[in-house]
Amino acid sequence: MRYAMAVDTKKCVGCSDCVVACQTENNVPIGYCREWVVEVMAGTYPQLEMEIRSERCNHCVNAPCVRCCPTGASHFSDGGIVLVDPKKCIGCGACIASCPYDARYPHPDGHVDKCTFCIHRIKNGLEPACASVCPTKCIYFGDMDDPNSNVSVVLKKRKFKTLIPEAGTDPQLYFLI
Amino acid sequence: MKEEIFVSGRMNHLVDPHLNIWHWEIPLYLFLGGLAAGILFFAALYFINGKEDQYPTAVKRTPILAPILLIIGLLALFFDLRHKLYFWQLYTHIKLQSPMSWGAWTLMVITPVSFIWSALYIREFFPNWDWKYNWIKEVEKFLQQYKKVIAWIMLIYAVILGIYTGILLSAFNARPLWNTSILGPLFLASGLSAGAAVTLIMSKSPEERKRFAQIDLIIIGIELFLIIHMFMGFLASTQVQIDAANLFLGGPYTMAFWIFVVILGMLLPAALEIMELRKFHIPAIVPAILVLFGSLMLRFIFVNAGQMSRWLY
Amino acid sequence: MTNRRQFIKITAFGAGALAIGSGAYKAMAGFSSTTEAAKLTVNLTRTPTYCEVCFWKCAGWVYKNDEGKIWKIIGNDDDQHCNGRFCPRGTGGVGMYFDEDRLKTPLIRTSERGKQIFKQASWDEALTYIATKMKDIASKHGPESMALFTHGSGSSYFSTLLKAYGSANVAEPSYAQCRGPRDEAFMATFGEEAYSPEITDIRDTKCLVLIGSHIGENMHNGQVQEMSDAIDKGATIITVDPRFSTAAGKSKYWLPIKPSTDIALLLAWIHEIINQEYYDKKYVEKYCSGFDQLKEHVKDYTPEWAYGITTIAPDQIRKTAKEMANAAPAVIVHPGRHVTWYGDDTQRIRAVAILNALLGSWGRRGGFYRPSKQAVPSSEHPEFPTPAKTWSDAFPGKYSVASTPVSNALIDASIPENNPGFAIKGWIVNGTNLVNTIPNQANTLKAIQNLDLMVAIDTMPMEITGWADVILPECTYLERYDNLRVSPHRKPAIALRMPATEPLNETKPGYWIARELSKKLGLEAFFPFEKQEDFLDWQLKKIGSSLEEMIRIGVKTFEREADDLYFANDEAIEFPTDSGKIELYSLAFEQAGFDPMPKYIAHEEPPAGFYRLIYGRAPMHTFSRTANNPNLTDLMDENTVWINPKVAKEWGIVNDQYIWLKNQDEIISEFSIKVRITERIRWDSIYMVHGFGHAQKQMKRCFGRGASDTQLITKVLTDPLMGGTGMRGNFVTFITEKTEQEVAS
Repeated sequence: MRYAMAVDTKKCVGCSDCVVACQTENNVPIGYCREWVVEVMAGTYPQLEMEIRSERCNHCVNAPCVRCCPTGASHFSDGGIVLVDPKKCIGCGACIASCPYDARYPHPDGHVDKCTFCIHRIKNGLEPACASVCPTKCIYFGDMDDPNSNVSVVLKKRKFKTLIPEAGTDPQLYFLI
Repeated sequence: MKEEIFVSGRMNHLVDPHLNIWHWEIPLYLFLGGLAAGILFFAALYFINGKEDQYPTAVKRTPILAPILLIIGLLALFFDLRHKLYFWQLYTHIKLQSPMSWGAWTLMVITPVSFIWSALYIREFFPNWDWKYNWIKEVEKFLQQYKKVIAWIMLIYAVILGIYTGILLSAFNARPLWNTSILGPLFLASGLSAGAAVTLIMSKSPEERKRFAQIDLIIIGIELFLIIHMFMGFLASTQVQIDAANLFLGGPYTMAFWIFVVILGMLLPAALEIMELRKFHIPAIVPAILVLFGSLMLRFIFVNAGQMSRWLY
Repeated sequence: MTNRRQFIKITAFGAGALAIGSGAYKAMAGFSSTTEAAKLTVNLTRTPTYCEVCFWKCAGWVYKNDEGKIWKIIGNDDDQHCNGRFCPRGTGGVGMYFDEDRLKTPLIRTSERGKQIFKQASWDEALTYIATKMKDIASKHGPESMALFTHGSGSSYFSTLLKAYGSANVAEPSYAQCRGPRDEAFMATFGEEAYSPEITDIRDTKCLVLIGSHIGENMHNGQVQEMSDAIDKGATIITVDPRFSTAAGKSKYWLPIKPSTDIALLLAWIHEIINQEYYDKKYVEKYCSGFDQLKEHVKDYTPEWAYGITTIAPDQIRKTAKEMANAAPAVIVHPGRHVTWYGDDTQRIRAVAILNALLGSWGRRGGFYRPSKQAVPSSEHPEFPTPAKTWSDAFPGKYSVASTPVSNALIDASIPENNPGFAIKGWIVNGTNLVNTIPNQANTLKAIQNLDLMVAIDTMPMEITGWADVILPECTYLERYDNLRVSPHRKPAIALRMPATEPLNETKPGYWIARELSKKLGLEAFFPFEKQEDFLDWQLKKIGSSLEEMIRIGVKTFEREADDLYFANDEAIEFPTDSGKIELYSLAFEQAGFDPMPKYIAHEEPPAGFYRLIYGRAPMHTFSRTANNPNLTDLMDENTVWINPKVAKEWGIVNDQYIWLKNQDEIISEFSIKVRITERIRWDSIYMVHGFGHAQKQMKRCFGRGASDTQLITKVLTDPLMGGTGMRGNFVTFITEKTEQEVAS
């Protein structure tokens, strides 16, 4: 099993529902976020192109955060989901510094926090909060090892990219372009 | 015009708008660790070489500082932790791929060793020292026999500690400025240089001072060589590493790095030491303090600048 | 002109009341968001609601955590408005409840108006104060001298109260400041408005034309969802906007039009579609009237003519007209929503309606579907007294096309110098922040200073509350029952809102407030049910449901009585216009003394060094009302001013710099605003999101963040047909440093 997510940049309107749905679902404190939205503009008026991306932890196969964690608090869970165990986390910040995507943040309670792909929901057969709420249905989630999963199907059909593949992290957040 | 903006999110304290997770604690910890490593390295080296009496300050006296420096360093590391009550988790796990774990365990070994070494030479400072309890005296006697073994352990772990202070940073490929294998040797060299400087300050023997001035000069030479190679490597690498180098080559850290680290911390003390060796009268403490200052600044500047260096956005 | 607002298909009570299996699992591969509660193992309770953060009113579920605290809000899968997916504002609606700056108790002003010195009062004290003043006004000036400005669910209760009291002056700024011109233009053409939610069949369209409508930035949930579906299905999107909107970024054609010239483009399209015989001949012949007059009217409006005005190349105009024709009738020239731009807005939307008629999209799949609405009985109460005068008597003959009271006319009628036919002496302002809603703030404040009574009912200490004599704190939609939502849609449906939790502090539901006030005025007969839930249960039982059932399912969808979502082939239809046809040539407008067909009139252009102020929406906020919501300020906490790089260079302005804006009337923005230098905006315009620059200190998170566009909109281009306040005729320039004198002013 290998969980992954694909975001359709052609449909995403940048509404940021994913960001706030994640915040309420996971009780992320006000003033913090596990997700964010990026807009990239290229060209000169009126020849313009826009890409909008909903971003979060890439749940890398070769995750530097897991590697550098001195206590095993950062670990791989089912399907390659990268998690932090707050009861093991000492808050040293190494994982935060190690993430090329800056996807982790120090929770005000002291431990490090990040996207969990809503593993508590997945276990109950639900999609992650961001995917389930997205009004444009631009977030696809599923198991890469299952050729019929949402994410496998859409990645077969469409051109896609990942962010900073050259960092060698083997990210599992895909962007349909 | 190309534009890349955050529509929402990315307001996390200490991560945005740029990484600011490590403040004074980590660079201080790295400096103190490197300094202790330098001190213990020379103590072990000259003990093993049988030059205990030729370089008494380095072997017998300066090591007394090491446990103190290491404890302060560990305290600084502890201050840096945001989930302090879970500190003990460091010592219930061995993570071979984690420099942080390596550091914790290295310190776990070298700190007690430095205590033992200092204890064995406690009479250098307090000639009438008495351990009071017989069992301690027994232990001391026992350890005295194995001084050479202890010195070897100390030598190896001093090198590991010295390199570790650099590797802690260089292991982060997310921060292009840190992500160079030069950083380990550079920080080791800087630590050794600082260790030598402490001996220069504390030593009363002209011969020892001369030897350590020479050592320091060589190490500074090596450091400059490493720095030049580091920039050559960056500039010949990818855009993110070119950007990282540019933090020091015209960017916001240019003045701080070249003035505090290179000129005041290396070139000036080197010049003073050369003059000293050529029999000009220079108080030894001046170049030594400059070296220590430069070594401290190197850590602060690298830890800070590295957090500004990134791949995206 | 006849008011045919009620043409909509209304299903009879109870008849055919077949609920669509609301708990039913959707057969979906992989993951599904259905029956969330059934699948989550945590102990949760959920209660139904429909959202009040905007007018789309999506139905959803409020979840509480183990401690019984509100946790999250999730869309109801059975709801046609949201299909189980709330928008960011709806998801962030929890922040409305948790906002610590909320109004907490009734307040009575103790100083002069506007000074904002209030004392805490009990509900009894506050309501007695209001009732006494209202009785005074009734006896001195007549009850018609009271006016209600209202928005949202509370409108129903307070308008009942006002009508019972003897005034029909109930105005919603959503009319004259927003969608009024659209409704009147569609009424004049099709005899029907475009409704809310709009009846645009976007999910099945092949070509969607957006004119200044920025779906995706305006987060009208169902429309955004359907636009995304349409993108998936490969629909062509054509966006006309001087700004590279998000929708433009998803479009095959983006026409970067010169602002204020839209009618020229529309006329050129009509010209092209008629001249190339692209129009749906059968449809036009069967259903439309005035085609020959229209053909004659547009004969000179060639794409070349429009090029000189709009800066859109003739080739682009022709290509896009062809695209529409190819897709017809599955084409939507979107009616837009906030359309009060240049004062000729009703006529502009008329051109939109005509274009749709020519393409035969009205009543067709992929065009405009036929809405259906569930009828629900209203409570029985005595007949309302007939007011001696209504809003239109204040300025006789003005805005004769308007079918509902015009908010700005009521405000003008509150200023004695305007010599209104009768004066408005008291306002109740419910859920609308008039200071940031109505352009020309000075005029609004002057009106307020002339009142005998000014009551503000709100959940937040909005600017308008600072001008009130009495402030009544309403609880949020998460803490109250409200009337059933019965909006029209593809299928008739009802949705329930019920409290998820007790109201915080001394706040009360709108129904309770209106009813208690009615008691003080001796009008309680108009509110026969003491508790709203009793009314809802009574009402629901009449249509074969019950409160108990609705609490369980939240949304109940009924089947349409007939399969009439679209016109049948060759169906004979009598349209509810004066002629019974789709009027390409409007007899009603002609009769009222207005142009029966739209004309292009040139509008004023920005003077040198000034730029047209264009404002719009951000998907994370609703108007100015969500600016202090903690969850939503986390997403966006200030607006920026978009400046074209060429302009920025000329001014030496850099990104992220804070500047002030000054308009043509020397009004300087109270707060500075952050610069965003971007290619997304034309060089002759600047753009900012509406709803920021709050000046009310009690709203701590949003106070002074960003600038208010409303403050800079002092020049109003009023639509002579229906009183709409055109707000795009304002020009601003930049101030990079404020002098002391300017700060003082």
